[in-house]
Amino acid sequence: MSFVSAFGRFWWDFVVGDDWRAAAGVIAGIAATVMLAHASVAAWWLLPPVVVAVLYVSLRRATRADAA
Amino acid sequence: MSTGQFLVAFLAAAAAGTAVFFHAERHKVRHPSAWASFVFLFLIVGLPAYALHVRRLKRRRYAPDMSAAFLVLSSFLASAVEMVEALTIVLAAGLARGWRSSLTGVAAATVALAAVVAALGPALTVVPLNALRLTVGAVLLVFGLQWLRKAILRASGYKALHDEDAIFARSLAEAEHAGRVAGGGIDWYGFTLSFKGVFLEGLEVAFIVLTFGSTQGSIPLAATGAGVALVLVAGVGVAIRAPLSRVPENAMKFAVGTMLTTFGIFWSVEGAGAHWPGSDLALFAVLAFVGASSALLVNTLRNQRTALAAVGADA
Repeated sequence: MSFVSAFGRFWWDFVVGDDWRAAAGVIAGIAATVMLAHASVAAWWLLPPVVVAVLYVSLRRATRADAA
Repeated sequence: MSTGQFLVAFLAAAAAGTAVFFHAERHKVRHPSAWASFVFLFLIVGLPAYALHVRRLKRRRYAPDMSAAFLVLSSFLASAVEMVEALTIVLAAGLARGWRSSLTGVAAATVALAAVVAALGPALTVVPLNALRLTVGAVLLVFGLQWLRKAILRASGYKALHDEDAIFARSLAEAEHAGRVAGGGIDWYGFTLSFKGVFLEGLEVAFIVLTFGSTQGSIPLAATGAGVALVLVAGVGVAIRAPLSRVPENAMKFAVGTMLTTFGIFWSVEGAGAHWPGSDLALFAVLAFVGASSALLVNTLRNQRTALAAVGADA
């Protein structure tokens, strides 16, 4: 493995960890907040439930894999 | 005055004026253009006057800042947890491979971490605040969710609890049975074990201190929390020379995961251009929401696990 890919892999594991879908869900939630805020719509309420929903889905996936 | 001297003075005044403008914008000092022009035209008087004005504003702002206490507490808890883990590895390396190699590894990792902080710290302070909060908030949220997910899996029994005694025994056995890699009076196995332990755990501390500190506008405040944790953990570690297994590490990890996620949500929303009702007070409402949701998830997963175990026993 080259130094660059090993370096990238390290930071990916450090920040994202073992569920990239959870990271993608969070980024999608932030993007939706940005769009709402730029359309001058109150957007503060969106991210907290999105994060909890993403967490729930991620935990369900982890525990299902564990049960199987 | 020669043309060269005039040019140098002009460039210095222009650079100072520009720096003051960006600083004033970033720290929400009123009338940034006026301050920049004042410094550009009257550098000798303007720059000290601006510095005094900023100092006075900071004192006024920090006095009633509730989120500052939250910032120090989060930084302290996160750092303490990571330092307890690093201490376990350093102790195992020191006892099995000799203290000289282990402590040299600690010193080398500390220098490497200081270099990372010195390189990234000033770079973060020049990024405009909203862009910084959006980027750092997003990264912190992804990072914090990872902590919280693992903490919930541990609390509900789906993942083994973090046990410093077991980790210490395993690391010690591995270090004792590894072949000697000596050179220059240093055992390189012990050095590498200590270096990796301190650097990797320390990197998480540096990451949290830099992100918390820069978005809240005070890296020193976040560093204070980490510094207190370092003194406390290192002091107790030196005194008892054993892993700090009595520290409620799993509960602390749960608290840190909740705090990282809370800060991540708060700053991402602010960086996105939205405004929290109640300003900084909303931080506590988000903390309560994330904490209650996490507790509910732990309870749900525990019940699910018990039900699965009962079905397994019946079958």
